[in-house]
Amino acid sequence: MIVEFPALNLLLLMPAIGVAFNLFFGYRLGRSAVNTVSVGVVAIAFALSVWATVKLATMPPGSCLQAQLGPWIYAGPLRLDVLLRFDALAAVMSLVVSGVGCLIHIYSCGYMGEDPDFARYFAYMNLFTFSMLLLVLAGNLLLMFVGWEGVGLCSYLLIAFWYDNPLFAFNGRKAFVVNRIGDVGFLLGIFVLFSAFASHGLWTLDFAEMRERAGLISPAIATIACLLLFFGATGKSAQIPLYVWLPDAMVGPTPVSALIHAATMVTAGVYVVARLNFLFALSPSTMEAVATIGTVTAFFAATIALAQSDIKRVLAYSTISQIGYMFLGAGVGAFGAAIFHVVTHAFFKALLFLGAGSVIHALGGEQDMNRMGGLRRRMPLTHAAMLAGTLAISAVPGFSGFFSKDEILQAAYTSGHKTLWLIAVVTAGLTGLYMFRLFFLTFYGKPRLSEERFAEVHEPPFVMAMPLVVLAALSVFGGLIGLPEGVLWGNQIGAFLAPITGRVSAAPAQAVMLLSAITSGVTFIGIILALIGYVVIPTLPERLAAWAQGLYRLLWSKYYVDELYDFLITRPVLFLSSAILGRNVDSLAIDAVVDGTGEAVQGGATAVRRVETGNVQHYVLIYLGGVLLIVGYYLLSALRH
Amino acid sequence: MTPINYYLGLGALLFAIGTVGVLIRRNLIVVFMSIELMLNAVNLTFIALGRAMGSADGQVIVFFVMIVAGVEAAVGLGIILAAFRNRLTVNADEFNLLRW
Amino acid sequence: MPLGIFAFFATLAVISALGVILQRSPVHSLLALIVTLLCVAALMIGLDALAVGLLQAIVYVGAIVVLFLFVIWLLNLERDPEESGRLGIKLLAAVGAAALVGELTAFLTRTHMSQQTVNSDYGSMAQLAGLIFGNYLIAFEVTSLLLLVAVVGVVAVARRWPSPRLANRPPTLSAKPQT
Repeated sequence: MIVEFPALNLLLLMPAIGVAFNLFFGYRLGRSAVNTVSVGVVAIAFALSVWATVKLATMPPGSCLQAQLGPWIYAGPLRLDVLLRFDALAAVMSLVVSGVGCLIHIYSCGYMGEDPDFARYFAYMNLFTFSMLLLVLAGNLLLMFVGWEGVGLCSYLLIAFWYDNPLFAFNGRKAFVVNRIGDVGFLLGIFVLFSAFASHGLWTLDFAEMRERAGLISPAIATIACLLLFFGATGKSAQIPLYVWLPDAMVGPTPVSALIHAATMVTAGVYVVARLNFLFALSPSTMEAVATIGTVTAFFAATIALAQSDIKRVLAYSTISQIGYMFLGAGVGAFGAAIFHVVTHAFFKALLFLGAGSVIHALGGEQDMNRMGGLRRRMPLTHAAMLAGTLAISAVPGFSGFFSKDEILQAAYTSGHKTLWLIAVVTAGLTGLYMFRLFFLTFYGKPRLSEERFAEVHEPPFVMAMPLVVLAALSVFGGLIGLPEGVLWGNQIGAFLAPITGRVSAAPAQAVMLLSAITSGVTFIGIILALIGYVVIPTLPERLAAWAQGLYRLLWSKYYVDELYDFLITRPVLFLSSAILGRNVDSLAIDAVVDGTGEAVQGGATAVRRVETGNVQHYVLIYLGGVLLIVGYYLLSALRH
Repeated sequence: MTPINYYLGLGALLFAIGTVGVLIRRNLIVVFMSIELMLNAVNLTFIALGRAMGSADGQVIVFFVMIVAGVEAAVGLGIILAAFRNRLTVNADEFNLLRW
Repeated sequence: MPLGIFAFFATLAVISALGVILQRSPVHSLLALIVTLLCVAALMIGLDALAVGLLQAIVYVGAIVVLFLFVIWLLNLERDPEESGRLGIKLLAAVGAAALVGELTAFLTRTHMSQQTVNSDYGSMAQLAGLIFGNYLIAFEVTSLLLLVAVVGVVAVARRWPSPRLANRPPTLSAKPQT
């Protein structure tokens, strides 16, 4: 059932109104007006999302709301509209984007309270929300691509927000360029899909129509298209091989990191895979690739996170790792579980980042965990919130992360991917280890900060504390929307998403219990290791690092991947462009053509302009010549006949 | 009866004389008179051709040409007046600001 | 019009036209122009275009030429200085004009037009008025707008703007530039 719902247009346009307001009136009307409007538009968008979701929930399964903002591209048989569609998947995503986004906006009011560039900041934030909502609500693939590019642009703008620092600007460019590389794949995937569907008379790239007629395209085409699209997704969602931008994106303001990691951007790749699940289902080999890359990324990033000392970097690698879990879920066919993990991850990752932001804010910009410690006494509220987030991300039973991660792991096991399951379980242990390492280093042990600075550490103000409390509650209880089958009300979100994402057959109850017990056990081992290493025997990690020096250095240097990319790609390209193309082709051939054109025009003009003597009679003479030519022409043609 | 061709030939001759006047004289007023001469040559041609075709449309066009000539003379002479005030001359060679 | 009378007016027109462009004094040029215009008017009447020929005499000679006279009088122009130099443009002008006449004559020698017999009211004011207020009504009305624009334009152009150069120096009496 499809119902027209024009309020969707408003839902999408609210953040855009915020952008325009902030850009044109932001600085003039001052900080409080900017704060009010920026938070207000996102809050209204959230309210509209809730309204639409309630309306959708009362309708039969598989129905959707839609609204047409206007026509877009009409060319021959090609008909593309700015069509917004609000189905279950879009409902879940837009609730997360606008809801968590709204909390982050509120938090930003406090975090950016001193920054002189507040209007630009909030304009970008609203643009980010707008782009992500466009991506989520888009009814066809090309419109989704607009939102896809929009979030890429916004991430660049916000990572390089403090652009007067060259390193920050560089990292912003890095994020943009790496994303562009992925976008090429995404765009090529769109082209492949378009040509495949257009040859069967489907010109709209509309998701619903593609879904209906997915059987028309051959598995080979589907494989190519899905691999290309997945390559794009690895760029946005920071998976191997294109994850390198995300850790460096930590130089932006901390709420931006929260927005990128929780509500927008990195979840876009998972969303695309879930949205196009009917295509991925046509190509089992692509599914294998998605699952494998997700798992390897999860493990790989978790190991790097073990050795990092920057609090935000640890969180960044934890995001990469968690997104890896989502792709594992998508790859084994549990798209609903992947989206569920997107939701819970949005809760606890936003919480962790905002908590980390509070710590950084309180410490005056300090991000190195080696200079923290003992903050529990000075920041009890932040400590409690971070504890909730850490328990949730570590998937301790009862907290939100447990339910979603467990669902993914069980789907991996029951679908027969035992190796991937094993790696994922080990990664779960590593997650507990590095997250509690972060937690203990920050809040426990002796203060490693100087006395006077430690005395200045304070709790965040209300606008920053309020989102923490809300997100902490969500992190603790958010998992209840997706309990395992047969427990209380069961898997509500899975049932809600099922018409779009399909469902995987549940494992037998004993197996479920056993698998959960194994995962939880491994997680607890990781947590206990962290407890021993960072609270009980604080000297142990150093001795361990000294003992396994090579491994530690490898992890600390992030497996030298940045250096590898630099050596394999950046340097050859630079050499090719500067030494060969720049010095020869550009300066000799292209410059000659360009300069030659200019000089030829200039020389010709110098010669011809002497005709313009300014004397009327010279002009009349030329005119007389013209008359003679014309009359002569007619005379000649008359003589010929 | 005089053949129409004679009238046309006279028109051509007068037109050519007018053109030469525009080209060789430096006094703007005389240049203007030469232009009137050319207009008249064309008018004569219109009348002659109209007569040859037995149509009165040529005469109407001459009528309009006269109106335009009057307008042109008024505006042109106004411009000459203004130009003379600025440069204190009506020598065409002196007005060459619009050059390369 | 008999050939003899045509020859008389045609010769007079050409001679006076040459006078227009060759006289030194603008006033003399103007007088020669009047003769030319009257000759053309006579030729028009000879072509049965009675109304237009009379209009030519009245409007051209009576109005436009008088306008020229006013301006000459206003600017107090004397005889032009001897035209010297610019042999190139003069030569080109002569050659060009000769070529034009040659080309047009070559046309005329190849065409043979005979005069149609026309009604007795051909060229009368009544016929002309019928056309102007009939087929050509819109064009006629537009010319009234043209005249209005011209009046406004002339007033704007010829108005005496304050000119410091003129305030200090009286206008000179010839077309020769004052330096």
